[in-house]
Amino acid sequence: MRKVLMGNHAAAVGVKLARTDVVSAYPITPQTQIIEMLNDLGESGQFTGRFIKVESEHSAMAACLGSATVGARSFTATSSQGLAYMHEMLHWVSGARLPIVMVDVNRAMGAPWILWTDQTDSLSQRDTGWMQFYCSSNQEILDSVLMAYRVAEQVLIPAMVVYDGFTLSHTYEPVDVPDQKLVDEFLPKLENAYALRPDTAEAFSALPSPKEYYRLKARLDHDMTRALGVFEEAGKRFEEIFGRRYRLIEPYRCEDADTILVVSGAPASTAQAAVDDLRKQGCRAGLLKMRAFRPFPAEALRDFVRPGTRLAVVDRNYSQGHHGIFCEEIKSALFPLKSRPEVYGFIAGLGGGDITPELLKEIWKEADEGRADASTANWMEDAR
Amino acid sequence: MPRLAFDPEKTAPILISGRSMAENKTGIWRSIRPQIDKEKCTHCMVCWKYCPEACVDIASGIPEINMGYCKGCAICADVCPADCVEMVEEVAR
Repeated sequence: MRKVLMGNHAAAVGVKLARTDVVSAYPITPQTQIIEMLNDLGESGQFTGRFIKVESEHSAMAACLGSATVGARSFTATSSQGLAYMHEMLHWVSGARLPIVMVDVNRAMGAPWILWTDQTDSLSQRDTGWMQFYCSSNQEILDSVLMAYRVAEQVLIPAMVVYDGFTLSHTYEPVDVPDQKLVDEFLPKLENAYALRPDTAEAFSALPSPKEYYRLKARLDHDMTRALGVFEEAGKRFEEIFGRRYRLIEPYRCEDADTILVVSGAPASTAQAAVDDLRKQGCRAGLLKMRAFRPFPAEALRDFVRPGTRLAVVDRNYSQGHHGIFCEEIKSALFPLKSRPEVYGFIAGLGGGDITPELLKEIWKEADEGRADASTANWMEDAR
Repeated sequence: MPRLAFDPEKTAPILISGRSMAENKTGIWRSIRPQIDKEKCTHCMVCWKYCPEACVDIASGIPEINMGYCKGCAICADVCPADCVEMVEEVAR
């Protein structure tokens, strides 16, 4: 059924459709509406999961850790400082191999105190062992919650569904809300063979030897890499059932493109319009949408690029003293190639500044005409 | 080559010990211990409710603290309405 939903409500509907058992969260803008809606749905009997009230994000993730340990499908949502406060628990949850799904609604990090969007909050959690999937429409948000549970539960790795604060979280779009029966077909009940059984005395994740620890981390890495294939399979199954296909990276009009915008999140939707405009002007422009950040689709990227093409990577995030974070990851993935495409990194829209079609077209032209500096981050701003 | 030789699919993803965490006597971390004045205790059970280690036994009416697990956090001393819990230095072992 098609409904007009804001991004946060699309996420909440996804969590309900996933028949999530336990939700624990602490309010923070711009995420709070997800949890408010889940509680409303709970009050009216449409959502039967248990809600655990907590006093902080650290405790929210700790509560999910507990519920997931006994095999309950668990969910939380947060943003910015709240995600940073969870940091310690994020490592613990991935190390304990608990398939928790979390929504992070991107919000820039303070100081100074700020509510608007950028991706530095989620990307700062790069090394916590969580999968990260980026959405560029409200439909993708709902669908990604379902996809995230399926992939997470198959590889026993937690997953973050990430989208732009306000630009998606508070903006209404038409969303196809799938039928519960179809969702149940796509996402069967969670059966975790490693769940704690109350009738058995067992200790989880107690002190290992260095050899054991080393192998557990190698096993996690093995499964993180396996998740790339599991994600593609889940995408195929999703298409069979719901008619929409999701991939790790999604090219748009790239067939004969000389220069390709590489964008994640909501600006990837805007970039489609920018590419259409550039094509009308006779420019050979394309777009590559990055959906997965962890596991990083390095092989898919290497298969996709051709020598002689230029990539204009647009980062609404920044690693101080270095580069935009997607840009550095992309450069690292392409390094093993004998002949590599040129990669230009652009910083735009930190702290919620608009990334307009005009700005994206200018970025494309700077890269296409070789006016940008490939050795450093190019800071861009919409003139208005 | 000192390459890691192991079959990831045959390695469990998590570490599960068949031994109970109850064997882990964390009370040895303690540097101060609670001492209860049994005359002043009103059996209100507040210490039992607040103990984060759940190591206060109130089966006999007067709280008995299991020193195998008590870490000496002093929450019981802080919350006791009758002020009957005193924290005393552990003698060096």
